[in-house]
Amino acid sequence: MAGRTLYDKLWDAHLVHAHENGNSLLYIDRQLIHEVTSPQAFEGLRMANRTPWRNAANLAVADHNIPTENRDQGIADPVSALQVDTLVENCNEFGVPYIPMDDDRQGIVHVVGPEQGATLPGMTIVCGDSHTATHGALGALAFGIGTSEVEHVMATQCLIQNKSKNMLVRVDGQLQTGVTAKDVVLEIIKNIGTAGGTGYTIEFAGEAIEAMSMEERMTVCNMAIEAGARAGLIAVDDKTIDYVKGRPFAPKGELWNQAVQYWKTLQSDEGAEFDTIIELDADSINPQITWGTSPEMGMDVGATIPTSGKNGIDNALNYMGLSDGGLLSDYKLDKVFIGSCTNSRIEDLRAAAEIVKGRQVAENIKLAMVVPGSGEVKNQAESEGLDKIFVNAGFEWREPGCSMCLAMNADRLEPGERCASTSNRNFEGRQGQGGRTHLVSPIMAAAAAIHGHFVDVRDMMEAA
Amino acid sequence: MEKFSNFTGLVAPINRPNVDTDAIIPKQFLKSIKRTGFGPNLFDEWRYLDKGEPGMPCEDRPLNPDFVLNQTRYQGASILLARDNFGCGSSREHAPWAILDFGFRAVIAPSFADIFYNNCFKNGILPIVLNDTVVNDLFQKVGETPGFELAVDLEGQSIQLPDGGSISFELDTYKKFCLQNGLDEIGQTLEMKEKIQSFEKKHQDSNPWVFEELVL
Ligand code: SF4
Repeated sequence: MAGRTLYDKLWDAHLVHAHENGNSLLYIDRQLIHEVTSPQAFEGLRMANRTPWRNAANLAVADHNIPTENRDQGIADPVSALQVDTLVENCNEFGVPYIPMDDDRQGIVHVVGPEQGATLPGMTIVCGDSHTATHGALGALAFGIGTSEVEHVMATQCLIQNKSKNMLVRVDGQLQTGVTAKDVVLEIIKNIGTAGGTGYTIEFAGEAIEAMSMEERMTVCNMAIEAGARAGLIAVDDKTIDYVKGRPFAPKGELWNQAVQYWKTLQSDEGAEFDTIIELDADSINPQITWGTSPEMGMDVGATIPTSGKNGIDNALNYMGLSDGGLLSDYKLDKVFIGSCTNSRIEDLRAAAEIVKGRQVAENIKLAMVVPGSGEVKNQAESEGLDKIFVNAGFEWREPGCSMCLAMNADRLEPGERCASTSNRNFEGRQGQGGRTHLVSPIMAAAAAIHGHFVDVRDMMEAA
Repeated sequence: MEKFSNFTGLVAPINRPNVDTDAIIPKQFLKSIKRTGFGPNLFDEWRYLDKGEPGMPCEDRPLNPDFVLNQTRYQGASILLARDNFGCGSSREHAPWAILDFGFRAVIAPSFADIFYNNCFKNGILPIVLNDTVVNDLFQKVGETPGFELAVDLEGQSIQLPDGGSISFELDTYKKFCLQNGLDEIGQTLEMKEKIQSFEKKHQDSNPWVFEELVL
């Protein structure tokens, strides 16, 4: 028998039933819940007189609508407040574990899951949010689902799924200094396109991925969805196990040993067959910046802005105010956002702080903000004095949440404003109507804040 | 969910690839805790000249005359013709809710984003995948022919053109079955309760740590 991929193994371990028609019923170990995509699901349960199948499988936290300042005053926008209150009421009514807004453990659901040990290797994990792919970094099969499916999982602990195809993305070699996990994933998306992974689960492997920390791996898997893949995966190794150890919801004692034994089997077998293999050379990857309105519209730092002509490019260039072409460094930035489930973990903040340290945000920057991914990240950063570095340089230091990643709270771009953002989507209007988003790594964003326009962060690192 | 029945409807074209869910329904409207009422805000940023906020009466808002759905000839359209990777981006089911609420019952494109595609079926919308050439051809016909209609036949997995031509499409049999019968998937799955329970027991024996209570 041919070897199995990691995806095959995770799939097989959760397969309740394979229908003849090609659909399968898959058992779901964990469901993460947030306020935006769950109210209609709870409502559906109530209307059909159903109760959650297994309450302990769920963990809820509000993140999308949460204000990042003056939190003690509650949520000013009544519509946002209603959504968060509805989540609290639903969790109370159905007995779903909920992390409150004023709890240190609150944060972006995809930061909180791994941080609390609610995300464990080998699990199937779903959330009504496409960036659930993040959790695949721990060797879990994790993917985003719609609200009807949220309800389906709550009621049955299962999902009806078609098995995806297997894609392997190998990144061998060593990353240059100043090139981060974010650049790797942007490079991958630039190469395969935003639909390149549609119908696949992508396993990321190779020397450069193995060398990455867990935080970096989460950045890579987080954006698998931006390549069209529902799920991204990375094999379990010692780093994975060390990361999970001691987390609040991680198994303890004998259960821990038993779990570790199983987790150690979570790699693709030697000779496992992939439907598609993509290979990249880590040494040749440069810091990336997106110039357009789709994550695939990226380029190397210093490259010239593409010129019009091709389908879709004109719209994007117009929207981004880049029709005159030239170099991106000629265009002034208005805002800088360091945060989101892609890049708001402690390592991201450490790396950005290193660039910012002893420097000042450029005058033309109207707002440079750092939004930690969770209360725990925030506390950790503060204990290392990172908040002071940012504040002294002219950054705003905020409370955790999704914030300007999608601007459902008060943090947003105004029409025409140009932003260096560490988030994952540069769609039209994503960060505010008419706003122009350039996706970059945390250190590229930090460097851009200091200069007021994009620069090659490597120049600042050599100078330092 | 209502049963999906065959229908004939006017076709409206959205001629750009990668139409994402933020464009289909901008995030400010996701704050609703309901499933209905999203239709007036479908493609909000393209459709109106002002900035839309939840609760605004849309009848009074200035329409963008250049946006295709605002053109008189596409009023009452129930089939959306689109380009590659339609519905990419977030998992928000508000996107199909808005499409349905607006009056569309089928979307035709060369490819769809995965989550969006699945979400359509849960809401009685039929997403139809046709190859590039066929879609190109349809775009041309829609552009040239005011009042261009297609007849959608779910049972026969085909669409009929006004000139008598017919185009067939592929469809997963289970998804088709659920659409045809307006079935509640949860109810279907719960019929397998015993199977789920016995799987769960086995799973708990081998992976007991998965079943630990989350004590906050
Ligand atoms: S940070 Fe952004 S991408 Fe991540 S869950 Fe929040 S809104 Fe979604």
